[in-house]
Amino acid sequence: MTPGSFEYHRPQSVDEAVALLGQYGDEGKVLAGGHSLVPMMKLRLAAPSHLIDINGIDDLKGIAEDGGEIVIGAGTTQAEVLASDLLAESCPILPEAAALIADPQVRNCGTVGGNCANGDPGNDYPAIMIALGASYTLRSADGERQVVAADFYEGVYATAIEDNELMIAVRIPTHADGAGMSYRKIKRKVGDYAIAAAAVTLSMDGGKCASATVALTNVADTAVLSAAAADALVGSAVDDKAIDAAAEKAMADSDPAEDLRGPVEYRRAMAGEMTRRAIREALARAGGS
Amino acid sequence: MSDAKEMTLEEREATLSGIGTARKRKEDARFIRGQGNYVDDIKLPGMLHGDFVRSQHAHALIKSIDASKALEVPGVLAVITAKDLEPLALHWMPTLAGDVAAVLADKKVHYQNQEIAFVVAVDRYAAADGVQEVVVEYEALPALIDPLTALDDDAPIIRDDVADNDEVGQGKRRHPNHIFEWEVGDAAATDAAFEAAEVTIAEDILYPRCHPSPIETCGCVASMDGVNGKLTVYGTFQAPHVIRTVVSLITGLAESSIRIVSPDIGGGFGNKVGAYPGYICAAAASIVTGHPVKWIESRIDNLSATAFARDYHMVGELAADKDGKITAIRAKVVADHGAFNTHAQPMKWPAGLFNIVTGSYDIPVGHVKVDGVYTNKAPGGVAYRCSFRVTEAAYLIERMIDVLAQKLDIDKAEIRKRNFVQPDQFPYNSCLGWEYDSGDYPTALEQALAAVDYEGLKKEQAEKREAGELMGIGISTFTEIVGAGPTRNCDIVGLGMFDSCEIRVHPTGSAIARLGTKATGQGHETTFAQIIATELGIPSDDIAIEEGDTDTAPYGLGTYGSRSTPVAGAAAARAARKIRDKAKKIAAHVLEVAEDDLEWEVDRFKVPGSDVQMTMKEIAMAAYSNVPDGMEHGLETVDYYDPPNFTYPFGAYICVVDIDRFTGDVAVRKFYALDDCGTRINPMVIDGQVHGGLAEAYGIALGQEIVYDDTGNVLGASLMDYFLPTAVETPEWETDFTVTPSPHHPIGAKGVGESPNVGGVPAFANAIVDAFAHHGVTHMRMPHTQWRVWQTLNELGLNK
Ligand SMILES: Cc1cc2nc3c(=O)[nH]c(=O)nc-3n(C[C@H](O)[C@H](O)[C@H](O)COP(=O)(O)OP(=O)(O)OC[C@H]3O[C@@H](n4cnc5c(N)ncnc54)[C@H](O)[C@@H]3O)c2cc1C
Repeated sequence: MTPGSFEYHRPQSVDEAVALLGQYGDEGKVLAGGHSLVPMMKLRLAAPSHLIDINGIDDLKGIAEDGGEIVIGAGTTQAEVLASDLLAESCPILPEAAALIADPQVRNCGTVGGNCANGDPGNDYPAIMIALGASYTLRSADGERQVVAADFYEGVYATAIEDNELMIAVRIPTHADGAGMSYRKIKRKVGDYAIAAAAVTLSMDGGKCASATVALTNVADTAVLSAAAADALVGSAVDDKAIDAAAEKAMADSDPAEDLRGPVEYRRAMAGEMTRRAIREALARAGGS
Repeated sequence: MSDAKEMTLEEREATLSGIGTARKRKEDARFIRGQGNYVDDIKLPGMLHGDFVRSQHAHALIKSIDASKALEVPGVLAVITAKDLEPLALHWMPTLAGDVAAVLADKKVHYQNQEIAFVVAVDRYAAADGVQEVVVEYEALPALIDPLTALDDDAPIIRDDVADNDEVGQGKRRHPNHIFEWEVGDAAATDAAFEAAEVTIAEDILYPRCHPSPIETCGCVASMDGVNGKLTVYGTFQAPHVIRTVVSLITGLAESSIRIVSPDIGGGFGNKVGAYPGYICAAAASIVTGHPVKWIESRIDNLSATAFARDYHMVGELAADKDGKITAIRAKVVADHGAFNTHAQPMKWPAGLFNIVTGSYDIPVGHVKVDGVYTNKAPGGVAYRCSFRVTEAAYLIERMIDVLAQKLDIDKAEIRKRNFVQPDQFPYNSCLGWEYDSGDYPTALEQALAAVDYEGLKKEQAEKREAGELMGIGISTFTEIVGAGPTRNCDIVGLGMFDSCEIRVHPTGSAIARLGTKATGQGHETTFAQIIATELGIPSDDIAIEEGDTDTAPYGLGTYGSRSTPVAGAAAARAARKIRDKAKKIAAHVLEVAEDDLEWEVDRFKVPGSDVQMTMKEIAMAAYSNVPDGMEHGLETVDYYDPPNFTYPFGAYICVVDIDRFTGDVAVRKFYALDDCGTRINPMVIDGQVHGGLAEAYGIALGQEIVYDDTGNVLGASLMDYFLPTAVETPEWETDFTVTPSPHHPIGAKGVGESPNVGGVPAFANAIVDAFAHHGVTHMRMPHTQWRVWQTLNELGLNK
C-alpha cells in the first residue's frame, strides 16, 4: 500500500500546468485533492511518473455567476461548495450533494474538477452535472474547448479529456425560476459510494411538467442520462403513475454490476427508488406537490 | 502518627479513586494528544523494512519463484522464500491449536494473499517496489470455499502436508480436510427428549465470516543484537509471554535471550493473539542481516490474511412443551477454520466454550457436535471480542428462543422468563458441563422491560403492523463464560491459563504494578490501579501500571476472552492483600502493638477506638527503614492467580428498529443495554467498553462479512467495503446495570469488555427478524445489509 516513485511538480499558473501536461503526456497526472488518485497510486492501480499538483493555482478556485451561468473553478473544494451562499441560493443540489460525498476530511481536499474529471461511475457530481446540463472547460497548450457533461463520460475511468488537457471550470446554466432539483443517494455508510443515486430537475407549468432531466449515479460504467425517464414526466401531472413510469424507465436504463453493495436486481431497484424520491422532492421544490 | 486527621473516612476514600470510581482514563492523556507509542512509531537505527509477496490464487502449486528482478530494484537487499527458511526450520511454525502453518508458502499456496516471499529493503517503498518484481509461477488447483462440501469424497485436498495424518493436534479426524470432531452432552437422552417433545424447532443459522479489524493492523520490529545474542521483538501482541515461548520453541533461542515488547496497541479483538508469518520473517531477516527489521501490515493484508472470526455454520434445534418450556437443545456445527488451524483457544476445547449454548436458560438435556474443517480461506477462527466461540453460542440460543416463541405465539420476553435459570439455582450446573457462578436473570430482564416501556412498544408495533409499517423489537438475555481459566482444564500450548501481578511499593508510598496481561484499549492502566488503590490505600494516581514487556512483567497469558479482570485483576487484588499483610506486621512493629490489635481502615492500620494508627504511606517508608527482626526489607510481591472457575457475566439488551420497506434500510431507533459484570471497578470505563462493543455488534449484525467468490478471491478486503460503522451510523446507546458479584473472584468482578459484542449481535438480529415475524419469517441471514433485507421485503412483496 505504498505508491511507486514519481516526480512532483507544483505549477503556479494554468499555463505552466498545461505546459507540463503537454510535456509529459500519458506519463503525467494532475493531482487535485488526491482523494481518488492517491488511493489508486497506493494500490498501484495508477503509477504516474509525474504528478502535477494544481493546488497552487489560484485561478482554478472560486464560484461565480457569469451571464446566465454559474462557473465553478475546477480546483474548488467540495467543502467550499458545501459552504457557498451563491450555490445554496441558485443551485442547491450541488451543496446538498456535497454533503453526501464522503466525509469532511475528504471534502476539505477533494475538488469539483477532480470529482468530475475522475471518470469513476461512483462519483456523485457527474450525474448531477449531466442533469443540470453543465459543461466542462478543458484547456491545453493548443487552446480551450467546452465539452457538455453528457458527452464527457465514455467508460470506467475513460473520459473525453486528453492527456494534455486540464479541466479549468465547470459551467452550469442557471435554471429558470421555479425549477426544482433533487439528488437522492442510498449508500451503506458515510464515506461510501452510492448503491444507486438519482439526480432530477423538473419544472412545472400549469400543473404539468414542462421539462425534466433524470440522471443516475453508479448503476452503469458511467453516469447515466435517462432521457426515457424524463420523457415519462414531461407533459404529465407528475402523479404517482408518472413517477412510477419514470422510475421504471430509469431502472431500464441502468446496468449495474453486482458487488458488495448488492446484486444487480437490488441496485437496479434502488435506481428506481432513488428516482422516485428525487422526483417527489424536485416536484415539491418546483411548487408542485 | 497521622497527617490527615482532618479528613473524614469518605474523603479519604475519595482520595484513593479506587473501585467504583468513574476515574478518567489515565492512558487518554497520551492517546488524544497523538502521543501514543505504537509499533509503527518505533524507529531503530539502521532499521530495514519487509513486505510480502502474496498469493494471487486461493489454491495453487508454486512452480517457481524468480526474485532476480526484485534484487535489482534499488534499495532491495534480500528476498526470503520458504527455501531460505527451511535450513533454519522456520518455514513452518506451530500454531496455538496444535496444527502447523506455513510461514512462507512451501510448494503450494492455500489461500489468496498467503505469504510467499519476504522482500527486505532499506525503506517500505523500496520493499513494495521489490514485491512488484518477484515473479511467481503457479499451477492453479480447484479451490474449496464452501465448508459444507469440505468433507465430500471428491473435495480438493487442501493440506497435502498433513493429508495422511490421522490427527492434526485436536483428536481423531476422518478426512484430509477434517480438523476435529468435538462432542459434548448426552446424545441419547437428547434424542429421547426430542422424541417426546410437544414441539420442536430447527433452524439453519450461519454466523458469517467477519474480521476483528482493529484500527491498528499487525506489525513488528525485530532486532537481533549480534553481540549479546539477544532478540528483541516489538510487536502487536495481545499475549507477549506466549509469543516469547513460541518464538523460543521455534527458534531454539533461550527465553532469556528473547525480549518481547508490546507497546501501545490500537485494538486487538482477538486478531493479535496468534503468531503471524510477518513476525517470524522479520526476526529471521534481522538475524540474517544484522539490522532491525520492521514489518507493518496494510489494511488489505490485515483483512484478507490475518485471523478472521466466526464462519460457524450451525443447525440449532430446541424441544419444548407447548407452554414454551425448553426440554432439550441440540446443535450441530461445521466450523470453517481456513487453511491452517490457527485459532487461539484453550487446547482442550477445539470449539472453545461453545457449550455455553444453553445461555441463560435452564435446559435439562442437550447435545452439541462441532466439526472443524479446512478450506482455501485465510486461517483463524479467533474470538473477536468474545470468549472463545461464546458469541456464536449466544447468537444461536438467542435466535432459537425467538424462533420457538414465534412457533408457539408466546411473547419473546415471556418465553425467556419461563426458561431462565432462577437466582436460587446458583451455582448452576448446566447440562453441557458448566458451573455458572452467579446470576439474577429475571431481575435484569424486568428492569430492562420497564426501562424501554416494553408494553408501550408492543402496542405501537401492533399499530404499525396494521398500517403496513415494519417495526421490530429485539431482546437478548445472554450469558457469557469468560476469564479463562482454571489451569486444570485451560492451557495454550501446555501453558496454564493463570495470570499474574507483581506490585512494588516505593519508600514514599507510591507503587508500580506489572501484570501478565496487555491492554489493547481497555484501560488497564486506569482500572488495575483502582483495584490496588482500594486494596492498599494508595491513591490510584500514585500507582503506575505496566504491561507488555516480557523482560519486566511476570509471566501471563495475555488479554482476550475477557480474562484480564477475572484473572489478572484477581492477581492484582491478591498481590495487594499479600502486601497489606506484610504492612500490618510492619505497622504492629513500629506502633509496638500486637498485630491482632490492628484493623484496616481505608488507607491505614489502626487500633480501633484509639488514635494509634499508621498510614500505608508511613508503612511504606518503614518497610525500607524499620522492619521487624528477621523480616526482609521492601514492600513487594507477586501473585500468580489460577481461577477456580470462569465468571459468567450476563445482560438484558433491547433493540428497536424501523425498516424502510422500499430500500431495506434498517434504522435503529433505540438500544438499551443492561450489563451485569459483578463488581463495577470503573463505571465510566464500563460504559466505554459497552459503547465500543455495541458499535462492533452493530457492524457485525448489519454489515460485516469477509466474502469470497467461488474461486477463492477475497472480495472487498478494504474499509471501503468492509463495514466499520462510523459515529454517524452508530445508534445511540442507553446503558444500565445490575450487580451480582462473582462469589469466587477476590473482588467479585466478572469482566465486561466482550458482553456488548456477544449480547448485542442477537439483539440487533432479533429486532430485524421480529419486524417480519407477522409475515411468518423466523430467521434471516446475517449480515443484515440493505440488499439482504430488501430481498426479504421483495420476496414477501412488501416493497410494492
Ligand atoms: C473515503 C472516500 C470516500 C469517498 N466518497 C465519495 C463519494 O461518496 N462520492 C464521490 O463523488 N466521491 C467520493 N470520493 C472521492 C472524492 O470525492 C474525490 O475527492 C474525487 O473523486 C476526486 O477529486 P480530487 O480533487 O480528490 O481529485 P484527485 O484524486 O486529485 O484526481 C482524480 C482524477 O482526476 C484528475 N483530475 C483532477 N483534477 C483535474 C483537473 N482539474 N483537470 C484534469 N484532470 C483532473 C486526476 O488526474 C485524477 O485522474 C471519496 C473519496 C474517499 C477517499
